Amino acid sequence: MFRFIVRRLLQLIPTLFGLSILLFIWLRRLPGGPETAILGERGTPEMRAAIRRNLGLDEPILVQYGRFIRRMVRLDLGTSISTKREVTTEFLQRFPGTVELTVTAMIIAIGIGIPLGYLAARRRGQLLDHLSVGGSLIGICIPVFFLAYVLKAIFAENLGWFPSSGRQDPTIDATRITNFFVLDGLLTREWDAAADAIWHLVLPGLALASIPLAIIVRITRASVLEVLGEDFVRTAEAKGLTENVVRRRHVLRNAMLPVATSIGLLAGGLLSGAVLTETVFAFSGIGAFVADSISQRDYPVLMGFILIIAVVYVLVNLIVDLSYSLIDPRVRVR
Amino acid sequence: MRAPRSKAALAAVAAAALAVAGCAESDRGDDSGGSKKDTLVFGVAGDPKVLDPSFASDGESLRVARQVFETLVRPEEGGTKVSPGLAETWTPDATGTTWTFKLRSGVKFHDGTDFNAEAVCVNFNRWYNSKGLMQSPDVTAYWQDVMGGFATNESPDLPPSLFKSCTAKDATTVDLAFTRVSSKIPAALMLPSFSIHSPKALEQYDASNVSGSAEDIKYPPYATEHPTGTGPFKFKSWDVANKTLTLERNEDYAGTKAKLKTLIFKTISDENARKQALRSGDIQGYDLVGPADVEPLKGEGFNVLTRPAFNILYLAINQKGNPKLADLKVRQAIAHALNRQALVDSKLPPGAKVAENFFPDTVEGWNGNVTKYDYNPEKAKQLLAEAGASNLTLRFHYPTEVTRPYMPNPKDIFELLSADLKAVGINVQPIPLKWSPDYLNATTSGAAHDLHFLGWTGDYGDGYNFIGTFFDRPKPEWGFSNPALFEKFKKADTTADIAARTEVYKELNADIMNFLPGVPISHSPPAIVFGKDVTGVKASPLTDERYSTAEFKS
Repeated sequence: MFRFIVRRLLQLIPTLFGLSILLFIWLRRLPGGPETAILGERGTPEMRAAIRRNLGLDEPILVQYGRFIRRMVRLDLGTSISTKREVTTEFLQRFPGTVELTVTAMIIAIGIGIPLGYLAARRRGQLLDHLSVGGSLIGICIPVFFLAYVLKAIFAENLGWFPSSGRQDPTIDATRITNFFVLDGLLTREWDAAADAIWHLVLPGLALASIPLAIIVRITRASVLEVLGEDFVRTAEAKGLTENVVRRRHVLRNAMLPVATSIGLLAGGLLSGAVLTETVFAFSGIGAFVADSISQRDYPVLMGFILIIAVVYVLVNLIVDLSYSLIDPRVRVR
Repeated sequence: MRAPRSKAALAAVAAAALAVAGCAESDRGDDSGGSKKDTLVFGVAGDPKVLDPSFASDGESLRVARQVFETLVRPEEGGTKVSPGLAETWTPDATGTTWTFKLRSGVKFHDGTDFNAEAVCVNFNRWYNSKGLMQSPDVTAYWQDVMGGFATNESPDLPPSLFKSCTAKDATTVDLAFTRVSSKIPAALMLPSFSIHSPKALEQYDASNVSGSAEDIKYPPYATEHPTGTGPFKFKSWDVANKTLTLERNEDYAGTKAKLKTLIFKTISDENARKQALRSGDIQGYDLVGPADVEPLKGEGFNVLTRPAFNILYLAINQKGNPKLADLKVRQAIAHALNRQALVDSKLPPGAKVAENFFPDTVEGWNGNVTKYDYNPEKAKQLLAEAGASNLTLRFHYPTEVTRPYMPNPKDIFELLSADLKAVGINVQPIPLKWSPDYLNATTSGAAHDLHFLGWTGDYGDGYNFIGTFFDRPKPEWGFSNPALFEKFKKADTTADIAARTEVYKELNADIMNFLPGVPISHSPPAIVFGKDVTGVKASPLTDERYSTAEFKS
């Protein structure tokens, strides 16, 4: 097991190296540079040239890449061109927001999706089944940002039940430790702050959960149906085991394997949804920041972001693979 | 055994979530009732970049600076004229190169130290003696724009400095000497980038230590955590993770104290999201209101303020792009082909006007007697025929995904203008580009283009800040060289006598409209909105709104 983890982690190094070369070339080949974004309509050619020179963008790309790698070795992602703060600092301040949001979305998606999918399968052909299958179809079809707008228009703008923007009411004087606002609130016993942060997560979390929720319902349903048709379930039932025991020990456990795989993939995909959701809800996370960075041609931020995402993706998949062995002991044996 | 336990855990989590949700709701309920409100949350489109305005040129940094800092002179409230700030009076000597400022007494910085002539000189000398990365054009953009260079220029690209020296004659008298007469003085000293900082704080927080490498500029702690001025608000905190910046009332302010106790700027980059946040009560005001939202928000009872138009939208004609465009008749034909009034009436916010000069009539030097180009498609066709350009094809660039104060809806504007051009027989090849960086890059760097529209919002009330920016030397955006025009700009800039300089601007405006490097289209008033119960703020053409006068109606 340990060797398996180490090997997977070591694989990261060549992956990141190759990725960084591709990205570096691709980003530099995009038309326009950060100097245009910095100067806006005020830029004279001389000012633009001076900024390019200052940013070292007038040097050969190999020299620039060499400098980038030297920094990376020291785990220094450089300074954001647009905000002038260290990229690492920027990420540390914003990643917690995105993590809170995606975790909320996953809790909603898993918490509702698995039971609903299971029930739909058990009551195949009944009303609940039709409702959940139809509902999940709608969930997959509706674009995240549209749902975000609708949720916001109804529950924030009109009814006023939830806040429409941000991660926390700015009038709350909250202490920041980890920048995970909910966690910070709990750590510092500022219950108001924690509750307010949770309150701010509800609508964006729901919007972001829509697609994974729909997919989890469908996969769980299909998977449970498949397992229900297996001989061992019939055997278990024939043995006279209670429905509860059959459900837990035989059906759910076996049905969870494809669900776990899909959850791993969905978690990675959530990041793209987060870009839109964060923009709609003015939620200070990594998604909205990166969206801005693209138009600003903020190379250090974009490089840093994509490399971090690659790491996260590999780690998530590693966790998924490890979770297989917990769900299905056969994987462990192999 | 396991099932009941997990059920119990689930129930506990659900109960906790409900309890937390319930108490969050009651918290939110508490805000609305009770005593008079004294905290304003204002929605802004972007995070400030840096809190030391010496290093800032973006609107959001300057907005914060305007509340925390003061300048020697400042724009009159709601206008563009130079009026007293930290200086009560200012007079030039006979040569027009040395200005004497009489300072207000009894003013203190937020750190409790005294404001005086010495402090002014510390600030000017700090800028003038900038070294290393502080000479980078994106660090000290406004200093370089106004003053040119530094005491010792480290790059051959930098021009000599306009600023010469600062002398503190006594505690409340300071002399600023310049190397030549310039139209920019004193108006440019109203820019927030010339804010006066506490010398003690500058030293304490290492304000001039801009470090890192050229490609990796790092600002000192002063610029991100300790801005210390004399303004009505003091900096309290900047919560980057929650995109909020909090200011609090300066209880020792020398002037009228702020009515608000706390002022919070909350970043909401999406325009629609700002509107929704206002409606849902998350914020009590926001800037950069979409022109289409002005009337609906007014109808709902929100306090929509319209800033006097201090901007210009123009159609630029690149004479290098297509040889035919160097022919004046062709440019005149384009001007006559455009129905600018129809554009203003249908696509721009209420209060917008057709432009006759390249700057609005609130700026001294505006000239009502310039050549005007009325909408006349027949004449346009005739001019094109005379120029032998009846079959003209033009590459027309327009930006997407952008709203500017002078240009709410570029695609609509493009469609109207190109329909007008097509109507007189000009073939239009549309080239839509993403605003930043593609469009800006293509239009301002002189890549192959014929027509594009762009605009400008003035920084301070001097004509040079508009027309000088466009036409005082050859620019790739326009692709022409007109030495007579460039000479006259030099004359305008170095004329000390304001009345005489105004005359030169009038001549320049007439010359420009005869030469017709492009067509001035419109001036649009941008809007800013406050909550239904917020009063006291006066809209400023320079976006110099004073939040210290804002208050909630009880």
